[in-house]
Amino acid sequence: MTVLIESPLRPPAAVLDRTVAAGDGYVGRIPAGGSLRIVDLHGNQAVDTLFYDAGNLANRYSAFDTIREQGSAYLTTGSRLLSVDLDPLVTITADTCGRHDTLGGACAQESNVVRYGMHTRHQHACRETFLRYGAEVGIGARDLGHNVNFFMNVPLTPDGGLTFANGVSAPGAYVEVRAERDVVVLISNCPQVNNPCNGWDPTPVRLLGWWSA
Amino acid sequence: MILSHDIPAASYWSVRLRTGRLLRLTALDDGAVCSALIFAASDPVDRLNVPDTLKAQLSARIRPPMVLMSDRGTALCSVTGSSLDWHDCLTGHSLDGHAEAAGRSSNATDRNDWRRSARYGLLSELRKHGRGPTDLHGCVNFFAKVAIGDDGRLAYDPRHATAGDWVTLRAEQELLFVCSTAPHPMSPTWAPGAVRAEVHVGTRYGPDDPSVTFRPESARALAAAKAVTT
Ligand SMILES: [Zn+2]
Repeated sequence: MTVLIESPLRPPAAVLDRTVAAGDGYVGRIPAGGSLRIVDLHGNQAVDTLFYDAGNLANRYSAFDTIREQGSAYLTTGSRLLSVDLDPLVTITADTCGRHDTLGGACAQESNVVRYGMHTRHQHACRETFLRYGAEVGIGARDLGHNVNFFMNVPLTPDGGLTFANGVSAPGAYVEVRAERDVVVLISNCPQVNNPCNGWDPTPVRLLGWWSA
Repeated sequence: MILSHDIPAASYWSVRLRTGRLLRLTALDDGAVCSALIFAASDPVDRLNVPDTLKAQLSARIRPPMVLMSDRGTALCSVTGSSLDWHDCLTGHSLDGHAEAAGRSSNATDRNDWRRSARYGLLSELRKHGRGPTDLHGCVNFFAKVAIGDDGRLAYDPRHATAGDWVTLRAEQELLFVCSTAPHPMSPTWAPGAVRAEVHVGTRYGPDDPSVTFRPESARALAAAKAVTT
């Protein structure tokens, strides 16, 4: 059974409080020890997220190293998100959703064409947002590793299958991470309209941050 | 056959493949693993995208007749055949810590039996091609299986591949294929195996090719590769 863990942190004390519209993104720095909460305001919204060691952007989040070292394919409270050098970047400290994906990658205009056809080539996609906001801090296409999909449900099966299922998230569900070192967080609030990862209707999310500036 | 090369256990290698060529990998020892990175040779950025490959074909493993897809939504290669129906692509390659767990090792003490991780080997080979750490990405661990439990638990299967197991890849555009034969990172022991790599001329495929007919997504990635090679 999934264990849901709430956070003791209170929104009025947050130093970051920002709503990210559907299809928009965010890049920012979380100092070591700081906490970032992502609130799924309307439920069933995928939030594609990358983390980087702020002191060395090449030491970036590694989805595959993370799931291998924890021995489980899904992320939840207690998951330590590791870098390519196996350094913990952030730890999930609270989670009222219960389970998050890190194997489904980010949507892109090019992969939308593969999955849905040429009519989706000019639809907005997470990779566009990653590149646009990443450029502000020197993160380019070669620096985009495989991301976390907070609130997204991508079940694996023992026979080696993978599916995109309806979300397990709900309005107001949130996930919170604690930075284990100074990290850069790069977020795309997924604009995908071709599958159930956003409940067919992308919606805004709220970011809350607690740290001493 | 154009080329045949035996990659020793716990070594590394790379090869450029022209469009249409077939790369056949054969395990020469029980438990051999070939951790591979694949790049579009003519593009400085485009490379294998494991998540896109999996979600487009609704699979958590690599098997025939899947198409391995790039960031740009093009087919890099098709898995045209294999004696195994499961090649791991979820758990990354071994790092220096995995090699050191078997004891410290160096060229000075162990000469060419020096234990080096897949990371060491892949980076060494990438640097020969003007590439580096930013080019490390999700790899395919050919011949390895990490079983998936009902709750997402991951368990390495140490008895998956035996000597003689094989897989064939058809290059759908000009490729750079970089690989290491270091043990799988979840292997409980340092017991690497050798792998034979053969490059064959290959034949043109038609509309009834199993990779084309596998899924509409596979066919669209193959069409996108055709568009960059013709
Ligand atoms: Zn997306």
